[in-house]
Order: sequence, then C-alpha cells, then structure tokens
Amino acid sequence: MFRTVLVANRGEIARRVFRACRVLGLRTIAVYSEADAGAPHTREADAAVLVGPAPARESYLAIDRIVTAAREGGADAVHPGYGFLSENWRFAEACLRAGLIFVGPTPAAIRAMGDKTEARRLMQAAGVPIVPGSLEPLGDLAETDRVAREIGFPLILKAAGGGGGIGMARVTAPAELAGAFTTAGRRAQAAFGTAALYIERYLECPRHVEVQLFGDHHGTVVHLHERECSIQRRHQKVVEESPAPRLTETTRRGLTSAAARGAAAIGYTNAGTMEFLVDDRGDFYFLEMNTRLQVEHAVTEEVTGLDLVVEQLRVAAGEALPWRQEDIATRGASIECRVYAEDPDKGFLPSPGTIGRLDLPAGDGVRVESGVETGSTVSVHYDPLLFKLIAHGGSREEAVVRMAASLDRCRVEGVKTNLAFLGRVVASEAFRRGEVHTQMVEQGAFNA
Amino acid sequence: MPEEIKAHITGVVFQIAAKPGDSVAAGDPVIVLESMKMEIPVEAPRAGSVKEIRVKEGQTVQEGETIAVLE
Repeated sequence: MFRTVLVANRGEIARRVFRACRVLGLRTIAVYSEADAGAPHTREADAAVLVGPAPARESYLAIDRIVTAAREGGADAVHPGYGFLSENWRFAEACLRAGLIFVGPTPAAIRAMGDKTEARRLMQAAGVPIVPGSLEPLGDLAETDRVAREIGFPLILKAAGGGGGIGMARVTAPAELAGAFTTAGRRAQAAFGTAALYIERYLECPRHVEVQLFGDHHGTVVHLHERECSIQRRHQKVVEESPAPRLTETTRRGLTSAAARGAAAIGYTNAGTMEFLVDDRGDFYFLEMNTRLQVEHAVTEEVTGLDLVVEQLRVAAGEALPWRQEDIATRGASIECRVYAEDPDKGFLPSPGTIGRLDLPAGDGVRVESGVETGSTVSVHYDPLLFKLIAHGGSREEAVVRMAASLDRCRVEGVKTNLAFLGRVVASEAFRRGEVHTQMVEQGAFNA
Repeated sequence: MPEEIKAHITGVVFQIAAKPGDSVAAGDPVIVLESMKMEIPVEAPRAGSVKEIRVKEGQTVQEGETIAVLE
C-alpha cells in the first residue's frame, strides 16, 4: 500500500476520501482554491496546498498545478473524486507520467468511455443492449437528416465528446432538426472541445437505473447491484436509492449481468458505473459509463455494507478484490437526497451565499456527507451541492420514513435550498410506491 | 426611453451575447452568466437596441447589478 494520497477535489467528496484514507492509515493532502481557504476539506487533511484562484479552470481543473502539488507534497497517489478532473484521461495520464498512482481506471478506459459513440460500439460488441441510434459521430446536417429519418422521431441529439446532459437536444419533428443540430453542436464544442454529435431514439418517460461495478488488476470484475436515479432536474440526479424498486428479477439480473459483462470486456479496473434507461416493459439500454466514483455511491455502501472508497485505494495499490460475486448481497434499502443551494422561487437557479445556520440530522440509519458548515461561503464558482442525506432501513418503507424525518430536521439559513422540494418528493404517493421516471420533475409532479 | 437590464442572479459573465447597436427581441439573451456549473442567460425584457454593455467576460456580477442598457 502507498503512504500518501492527494485528493484533487473539494467539498463533501474530498472529506469522504480523507475518511477512507484514515481507515487505511494513509497520509493525506488537500488542494484548494483561494475561494476555499479554510474550508472544511482543507482542515481535515494532513497538509493543504493552494493551487490557484477561485475559477475552477485555474485551480481544481489545472492539471499541471495539481500534479506539481502532488509531487512536491510527497504524494504517492491521487484520488480525483467526482466531477472536475475525474473523467479526464489526460489528467490520469499526467499522474502516471509523474510517477503517481491514479486512483481510478486506466487513461485508455477513461478515454474509451468518454467518447460516447465509441462506448456504444464497445458495449454493443460486448452484447450489452444500447439505445437504438447512430454508432458513429455524425458528419454534416445532410447526414444527420438521413440518419434521423432512419431512426425516427422523436429523437435526441447528444454530444459525442461527453455526457452529463450537456449539448443534448430533443427533436420531435424533422423541421426542428437543423436548429437543434446547430445549438447542440455549439454547446458540445464549448463543453467538450468537439462539436461532434450522435443520435439516439428518444424514449418516453424511461427510468434511469445504473449498476455499480468494480474491477481489480487481477482480472476480477464484479457488480455491487443497482441504483434507481430517475428523480432528476436538468439531467442532474436529485434522489437516488438502492435497490431499485419495482424492478422484476429478470430485469434486475439482466441489467447487472450485462453491466458486469461490459466492464469485463474492456478489462475495467477500479470503481465505475454503467447507466441504463429502462422502459415500461422492463427492457434496458446502455446509456453511458461513468469511469469514477459516483456522488450516489453511499446508497450502495449502505445496502452492501462495503466501503467503496477504501476498496478503490486498495485496488489502486494493486491488491485483489476480496469479494466474490456471490458474496455481495444487499440488506434493506437506502435512499439519498442531494441538498442543493437552489432557489425554488427562481426556477431552482443556484443560490450562492454564506451559511448562517446549519442543523443536520443524526441517528440510527442516517448518514450525512457535508461539504459545508456554519459560516461556509457557497461560491458561484462550484457545484451547488451542500450535503447529501442518506437514510437506510430494513425495508424501503423504513428508509422512506427515516428520510422524511431527516429532511424535516435539516435547517439551512443564508442560502435557499431544495429541502422543501425533497420533502415533497419523499412524501408523494408516486415515490412511496416506487413509480418514478426521468421526466417527473420537469412535468411538475412534485410542484408545491 | 433607456432601460437598465439587471442580473437576476449572482454569477460570473460567461459570454456577452449582444453588443452595443444590436437590436434584440424580448427574451433574447444579452449576456450569459455562469453560476455553480449552470449557464444562465440574462434576457432582454423587451425589444430594443442595445445602448451599452456594462460588464466584461470573466467578471463577477451581483444579483441586481446592471449589466446592460437598452434604448
């Protein structure tokens, strides 16, 4: 095992990784921007290095500065967390070149899965069902038009260079195609440096179900069951849970075994997640693979009793996974709510500010992962996630009740939050029955 | 009658979408703010001609701050 880990991230996930490092007795280094001086994550590490000014491009996204901080601080390994550089293959490669261990998959795997059309081709070749659509990036508008007519409307244009809902446009009729092609291409260019797009058939109101995967450097690949993540706003997940409710055993087994097969086919190492859309017949289609730890990994930890971050560090150090597939069981149910600094009165736009008061719940079956504390500044420069609330119960009903009570006990002053919205989701009949799909939030199912 | 366009949210100016002299329709983006990973357009409240842009790309603006003037 290596001795010192630098965490190239901030907020709750940096703290989460430091906790795992402490379990293994590892020394820790935090990085921070000028906006994060004195932030909780900087105080929990054994050392903290200022890497640049507030804008992420000049600090948390600055590969050279972070690699330099790691080398000068005597780090052996770098954990990227999620977001920022976590799915940047150039960063993983820069770490390896500098003699650092990258806690994640290989640069080649990150690159292959980051190229969304290549990922579709690889998964189809491995026998994983994909959403019907194009397998190659589209050329000009004429070609797009031809492919669109083959696939049929409604369809969705997506960025080939990256995911997360950026550069996506739904097209319901041929007349809308030209405009959508231009807009989506421009957004893709700005976000991923390439305007390349591809087409997928648009599924009406599907569910988003994903599978947690883990591979080691000894040829073992296992899945840690599935998560239901359909409650989303602007393609960002808000509520997640495991196991996925109302999934037939056939679909559940089909999903998890297809995901494990796909990951094995590419020799995947470390933690990763394969995302699927599931339609109302229980058919499922590969959407994309996230080659990193997910925000919602905690619900999987709660139901499996396993520590994913500790295992990421062990696998990165070359240790073999200690689990056989048949040993990985789930117990009860776990739900996560993401509490964001958002203003419900302004269409859930971000709400920066200073946290004047922060009361967080605690107790049996309740876990809180927070990046902020009383007095923290919530800056315009970063993601609006304040904290994650995770409730576990012997049954889904118990987990739901615990979540509702936990949300009730949260008090946040100084910034607006989505707490009331989360309360309405958890109290809703549809959620209690587990009848969810990805369009519900936008359709207003949980409006006040 | 000149009219000031104010930012409805605190953020960093990501893009200037219109320049002085441009005519805009109601709802056209004048600038795009970036706040907490979201791009948020500040739109023209009515049709008119852009008289003045008061911000630069990369600048932080506060909620309520004037970002442009229409005439």
